[in-house]
Amino acid sequence: MRELEEFRRVARDPYTYAESLKKETGRPIIGSFCSYAPEEIVVAAGAVPFRIFGTRENITRADAHLQAYACSLARGSLEEALAGKLKFLDGTIFPHTCDTIQRLSDIWRLNAGIPLHWDVVLPVKLNTESARDYLAGVISKFRRDMETGLGVEIGEDALIEAVALFNRIRGNLNTLYEMRRKSPGLIDAGDLHAVVKSSMVMDRRDLAAKLEALVEALRRTEPRDVDGLHRLFLAGGVCSHPEIYSLLEESGGVTVWDDLCTGTRYFEGLIAESGDPVAAIADRYAIRAACPAKHASLVSRGDHLIRAVRESRARGVIFLFLKFCDPHAFDYPYLKSSLDEAGVPSMVLEVEEQLPPEGQLRTRLETFVSLL
Amino acid sequence: MTAVNTITPSAADERKIQSVKRMKEIMTAYYIDAKTAAENNKKVAWITSGGPVEPLIAMDVIPVYPENHGAMIGAAKMGIDLCERSEQMGYARDLCSYARADIACATVDGGPIGGLPRPDFLVCCNNICGTVLKWYEVQARYFNVPLFIFDTPFIHTEFSIEAQKYVRRQFEEFFVFLEEQCGRRFDGDRFEETARLSYEALHLWQDILDTTTKRPSPMTAFDAFTHLALIVTLRGTRTAVDYYTQLREEMLGRVARGVAMVPREEHRLLWDNLPIWYRMRWLSETFASHNASLVADTYTSAWSGMGDHFDDKDLVGALASSYANIYINISIDRMFESLKKKIQKYEIDGLVMHSNRSCKPYSFGQYDLQRRVMDELGVPALVIEADMVDERAFSEAQVDTRIEAFVETLRQKRVS
Repeated sequence: MRELEEFRRVARDPYTYAESLKKETGRPIIGSFCSYAPEEIVVAAGAVPFRIFGTRENITRADAHLQAYACSLARGSLEEALAGKLKFLDGTIFPHTCDTIQRLSDIWRLNAGIPLHWDVVLPVKLNTESARDYLAGVISKFRRDMETGLGVEIGEDALIEAVALFNRIRGNLNTLYEMRRKSPGLIDAGDLHAVVKSSMVMDRRDLAAKLEALVEALRRTEPRDVDGLHRLFLAGGVCSHPEIYSLLEESGGVTVWDDLCTGTRYFEGLIAESGDPVAAIADRYAIRAACPAKHASLVSRGDHLIRAVRESRARGVIFLFLKFCDPHAFDYPYLKSSLDEAGVPSMVLEVEEQLPPEGQLRTRLETFVSLL
Repeated sequence: MTAVNTITPSAADERKIQSVKRMKEIMTAYYIDAKTAAENNKKVAWITSGGPVEPLIAMDVIPVYPENHGAMIGAAKMGIDLCERSEQMGYARDLCSYARADIACATVDGGPIGGLPRPDFLVCCNNICGTVLKWYEVQARYFNVPLFIFDTPFIHTEFSIEAQKYVRRQFEEFFVFLEEQCGRRFDGDRFEETARLSYEALHLWQDILDTTTKRPSPMTAFDAFTHLALIVTLRGTRTAVDYYTQLREEMLGRVARGVAMVPREEHRLLWDNLPIWYRMRWLSETFASHNASLVADTYTSAWSGMGDHFDDKDLVGALASSYANIYINISIDRMFESLKKKIQKYEIDGLVMHSNRSCKPYSFGQYDLQRRVMDELGVPALVIEADMVDERAFSEAQVDTRIEAFVETLRQKRVS
């Protein structure tokens, strides 16, 4: 499908895309690691938010800064920066999430050689009045710091426009996910992954139009037959292993929904388009499904998972965790027992920058799927 | 001469810190109190080691510290069993061993004191890590009790106005939370009295740590690790103030008499990160055998550093500042400044860093700090890979070899 080509291309090589976009438009490219980076403000400042995904290469340079018990996202991303592959970045945003990213921010600021650096020290809890006031205050401060850093003024109109743009983008990503949930044969999971990944990289105006075109094209598409495959749900943090999707299909399963920070957590929830836009951006963070490094309530993550699994009519859940990711690892026993109680089978896959050897992985997936 | 030796205390006896006995009595009484709280109609709150405990004490709530308990489990060498048990419960081996041991211990009432008393509520302050949030969420679900989260935004380059206001506001919310839990009005006067006692203990603790600026050092970091128990569990009480007054007297006396904890103190070292609880004795003897004295550390001084923010006119503001600015809640460039001051103040010859698999916020950044300490201050620095409670992450032979090579470097540097 023609409408997918650019997404595939960008997802395959986001660096080349960002470099040429910068060359053509002269706009600053601003890196980040996290779905809590206030991209609306970056766009309103005339810059392009760029999600950093780690590396698939061997890690050597980062070993001088981070112990082997740091996750592959932290080590791999630092590796890319130290290898000079992220030279096109004008700055990096570090929203505060976990202990590793917190320290990576320091190491990055002191070693990565990227000119601008913003720490967005978000609250750890999202469910009290003072935390929500602070959250809005932090985003407001980030807006001022970004103005200073980039030497621009972020006007109210630009911000309102950026909010509307992101609602368009997130709305369309959600529509794509819903279409696929209804009919998983409509678009390959690997392609959908490429669409989400590119959405975190591309010029957002261009992206919004292309997403709409893709939705339209898919409405006219006849889905391929996947009736024999078991519906699966993916839960965890970052997924930078798109080959997992084809492996799953070969093992007899098909993913129909996820709770990933490179998935639904990136686009779920729209921003109110009335009232103060900064407060509205903050509100979305407080309401949307939380990263396990944030506290929305003692049971919100389990409740959300069960609800999303039921809505997706998935038969089983695969937890996809980065090794050494503490917040996810702490929630796992609780989430697993929530699923057990709900009668939903689950399995856990722990990955680093490389997936486990294919044969071994295939056997595990096949075994899991065959028992559903 | 033999006859004289039989009637005067031997050098080894003289080196023993007499106050240890008193500390053990206090800690025993404290745990008996905590474990019999329910019978005495007292509430028990579990709280993180860097959490604002003063409001609890002011409301007669007994604070219990799972981290202190974790240290006890480690020192009793009961870590592996409990960690493995938590792994059977589904917790990854890469998680903090305090958390793993505590989570497992709660289900079996194991460990050296048969488990901690059941909490009525939990107080979690994330100034030490994000791990405590997840750990306390687990325990709040397990015990089905309320959790108060005291959020202290991390200080990378600044303690922003927004963050200051936020931390302050949470004290007010904490007071209200305690009123709800205890069913009575918050006692502001007792709170102020408690806060003053807390600062008094913190300042005494600093004085005690400062006695090691003298040569030879009257105590080492290993002693500080032991005597820290009260500043963690009983700050805010008269007991802690009295105890540290006694300990300070003892240390000053040792300084006056020239009593060295490490005989033939040659190399003065600075320890970074938590202790390796299950190898305290071995490490202490190994360093001593090389005439190396660990005269200071970044861990026990994390508490005394809180004392710097004292403001008698604004105790809530002072505590907000103290709790938010602790050593592990600041960026590595700020940590470097703090290391630099310590290296000068205690006349440090070498830095020993425990790269602690259990403590990512303390350990990540150590490699950068190590390089800066060596390059900018010309002080040799060693990194030891281990874990504070989980012995499976410790290789005695490897650590032994590295310490030996490190001391050799120090010796050569001294000669040249």
